[in-house]
Amino acid sequence: MITALLALIASLFALALAAVALRRAPSATTLVYGGALALTLALLALAAVALATLGQGAREATLPLGLPWLGAHVRLDALAAFFLVVIDLAAAAASLYALGYGAHEPEPGRVLPFFPAFLAAMNLVVLAADAYSFLFAWELMSLASWALVLAQHREAENVAAGTLYLLMASFGTLALLLGFGFLAGASGDYSFAAMAARRPAAWVGALVLALALLGAGSKAGLVPLHVWLPRAHPAAPSHVSALMSGAMTKVAVYAFIRIVFQLAGPPSWWWGLVVLALGGVSVVLGVLHALMETDIKRLLAYSTIENIGLIFASLGLALAFRAIAMGAVATGAAATGADAMGAAAALAMTAALFHAFNHMLFKSTLFFGAGAVLTATGARDLDRLGGLIHRMRSLAVPMLGACLAIAALPPFNGFASEWLAFQAILLSPDLPQWGLKLAVPATGTLLALGAALAAACFVRFYGLAFLGRPRSPAAAEATETDRASLAAIWGLGALCLLAGLFPGAVIDAIAPAVQASVAARMPLQTGLPWLTIIPVAASRSSYNGILIFLFITASALMVAAAVHRFASRAARRYRAWDCGFGDVGIGAQYSAASFAQPIRRAFGTAIFRASGVVEMPPPGSTAPARIRQSRIDPVWEGLYAPLVGLVWGLADRLNFLQFLSIRRFMSFVFLALVFLLLVLAVWH
Amino acid sequence: MALIRAIAIQGLEMLLVLALAPLLTGFVRKLKARLQRRAGPPLLQPYRDLRRLLGKEVVLADNASWLFRSAPYLIFATTWVAAALVPTFGAGLMFSWSGDLIVITALLGSARFFLALAGLDAGTSFGGIGASREVMIASLGEPALIMIVFTLALVAGSSQLSHVALFMLSAAAGLRVSLALALFALVIVALAENSRIPVDNPATHLELTMVHEAMVLEYSGRHLAMIELAGFVQLLLYVSLIACVFAPFLLAPVQASAADYALGIVAYGGKLAVGGALLAGFETATAKMRVFRLPNLLGAALMLGLLATLLLFVSRTL
Repeated sequence: MITALLALIASLFALALAAVALRRAPSATTLVYGGALALTLALLALAAVALATLGQGAREATLPLGLPWLGAHVRLDALAAFFLVVIDLAAAAASLYALGYGAHEPEPGRVLPFFPAFLAAMNLVVLAADAYSFLFAWELMSLASWALVLAQHREAENVAAGTLYLLMASFGTLALLLGFGFLAGASGDYSFAAMAARRPAAWVGALVLALALLGAGSKAGLVPLHVWLPRAHPAAPSHVSALMSGAMTKVAVYAFIRIVFQLAGPPSWWWGLVVLALGGVSVVLGVLHALMETDIKRLLAYSTIENIGLIFASLGLALAFRAIAMGAVATGAAATGADAMGAAAALAMTAALFHAFNHMLFKSTLFFGAGAVLTATGARDLDRLGGLIHRMRSLAVPMLGACLAIAALPPFNGFASEWLAFQAILLSPDLPQWGLKLAVPATGTLLALGAALAAACFVRFYGLAFLGRPRSPAAAEATETDRASLAAIWGLGALCLLAGLFPGAVIDAIAPAVQASVAARMPLQTGLPWLTIIPVAASRSSYNGILIFLFITASALMVAAAVHRFASRAARRYRAWDCGFGDVGIGAQYSAASFAQPIRRAFGTAIFRASGVVEMPPPGSTAPARIRQSRIDPVWEGLYAPLVGLVWGLADRLNFLQFLSIRRFMSFVFLALVFLLLVLAVWH
Repeated sequence: MALIRAIAIQGLEMLLVLALAPLLTGFVRKLKARLQRRAGPPLLQPYRDLRRLLGKEVVLADNASWLFRSAPYLIFATTWVAAALVPTFGAGLMFSWSGDLIVITALLGSARFFLALAGLDAGTSFGGIGASREVMIASLGEPALIMIVFTLALVAGSSQLSHVALFMLSAAAGLRVSLALALFALVIVALAENSRIPVDNPATHLELTMVHEAMVLEYSGRHLAMIELAGFVQLLLYVSLIACVFAPFLLAPVQASAADYALGIVAYGGKLAVGGALLAGFETATAKMRVFRLPNLLGAALMLGLLATLLLFVSRTL
């Protein structure tokens, strides 16, 4: 199995090379995306089989690549298989979508070679089982996605985004490198198996947690390392944006789980606290930014930060529960307590993985839809869209489904995973530490706030882009998008609904991955009557997505049929009533800024120092009145701006070094040499 | 046989909810009018309004899409299903196990989602005002409700509403500070979600002060009837929710006899009357708030909910 996986990944790399040669051929787009589709579908099938059959076993292989004394270790276990499913499902959908969307690419040669390489690198990160090949694949993933961000490199904004992304990616890799260094210790054995066997000291574990948060968190977009994400993700072509938001952030989640849950040794309870807090803050900050954003792709990128926050908050809970469970086992305390804590850890971990899967589904759908809107109208600004439900009828339906899913509304999948996260929170009063007792309800509030704000955010997104009257001539003349794109969007949208209707099947499918990471699993769900899910006990809570869905559909249809049969079915079209004001024009509709204004006023002034200045011309003047609104990212102002200032200041101070005479330069080189020799002499 | 009985009781419950909902609203309106020394509309006026609206032709705005036409039925259906999950006269009805309090919250959220979208659909400025204010109110009201749910779930050891109600009925419930805070917060949320007076005025038609009415401004005929009916059901739902948690007297237990159910229905009628009377009295005694004062009120509900949950987390070890 693992040989087949590796062969498919190698074929993706070969496809990337072929794309370099083919990039000027007219059929290159079809060939490359078709090839990527076939290969990722095969990978997806293999990964799904592996997830279903591996159980707690694993397949390993060592390739004679990489460092000569180490070789490249690859290992496929249930956790890796789950993330392979997530990545390759997103990749297959993106390839299918790009079969249609890729035709609109102005310079396909800048996208085609990097796309298969990006897919292959993401797969390879998940399979890698030693630090060297992991970091190699990780860097390859970063660089391939960086090249894709710069696909449209003539726009200054994209170049700035690419530079920032490159900086943050290098910083993240550096943090991971250091983390692996600490884990490998003096012996220098870089295979994951050796690291896991070493059981590092407590302070090393804590340091590794911090470095994993920096390394994986910066790639995932966790606050305060998120600043690059809303600039870089939207800059790429839409199918790549979908992959970066839907799949690459999940690779980062995978890296975090692999390092912190499996390699960093037994966790302390406060690890959970730190992760929980960062997750909670990401949720609220991400969704508030999304609410005030008018660029649709950037709005979706901000919402990714929110969803990553939810995943990390669940991971933090899982970490806390796991720490207590392992502590109870170690001290030989009441075995039942340890079991309950283990089950709670499994519940929180299931919520995290389930949400990772769900987020891949709906965020990819939404980015695909945003790409379709972009090609149909040429606009990314909400204030230039509107009324697309009439012009893009087959796009509007799955997009509505994806909006409901991301707003965590039943019976879609987003609700199911959010519900599991809330159930995990409800189990946490049993945690003994005071810090957790105070932090968990606070995080619960942040998650609840995030869910409600996400609903507001996607009412705004859908309502302004698809409903109302067209706000620009381009939106009024939009046409349906192509079949391949629609197939990808409908496919993922249908999966959003299916995963929400049968959450029990998904929970059971990911149970081996949960078991691999927290050594416990949720009770089996598929055997329960009526396809209900019961996370802990029937007396505590239960949810039945399919029954709720059927009841809502049945009662809506029944009532509609009854009303039409017995009461009235007449309908007439007329000018909108609008309280009798008559038609005052399209510009009188609510705009993106005006829709967000109440929330901006309620939350934004405190958090973003949002301000609006009205410039009212004096009476008699014919100049237009203007309102200028601004907001700042507190993280950027508080953390990055001083850092940038510091670097610039230092650069200014050290500038004189560039203008020295050759003598001085020579003496500097000599001094450096002496210094290094001295260091060596003292060291030994 | 047992299954048929369970289905019959559940069906009875859903029909009862539907039948009583307009009456409750009519009762509140009548009582409010009497308190303000007006004669007020007859008690059965909401039924007549519904019948009149149902028979009328629908006038659709030029720009209205299929979403605008299907939203009223979806809004009604989600609200009705949510109401079926709340124990009214009996706990542990057949359908109550398919969702807990979090599901009820989310179902009401779905209804609001569709309503706000419908408000934006016609492309008018009033629809936009209503939708944007509604989501602002909900963005604080919904988390407050979730925190109340957490409080109740932690007290009763279950987020299943039937279990919560039966627990509150048992001697183990007792008096708790958390419950008092939760009740206070729940009342605020209920007022906000039902567009009642300090938050919104259900009787106003002054454009700039309205929230809910602005969203449904473009609706007419049978569509408006469905939305009105959903509103009635939602008010009933919140009164039932408060009643079944904080006054679960005479609630028929799981697998009860016919006499228990009959008693439960009578008691339920009484609870609705008391709830309606309290609402009418409160609305008469207060004035509507400015829209931008609302975040303070709802933020207070959220903080009360958080405080109630925190107290429970902390008191676990004391």
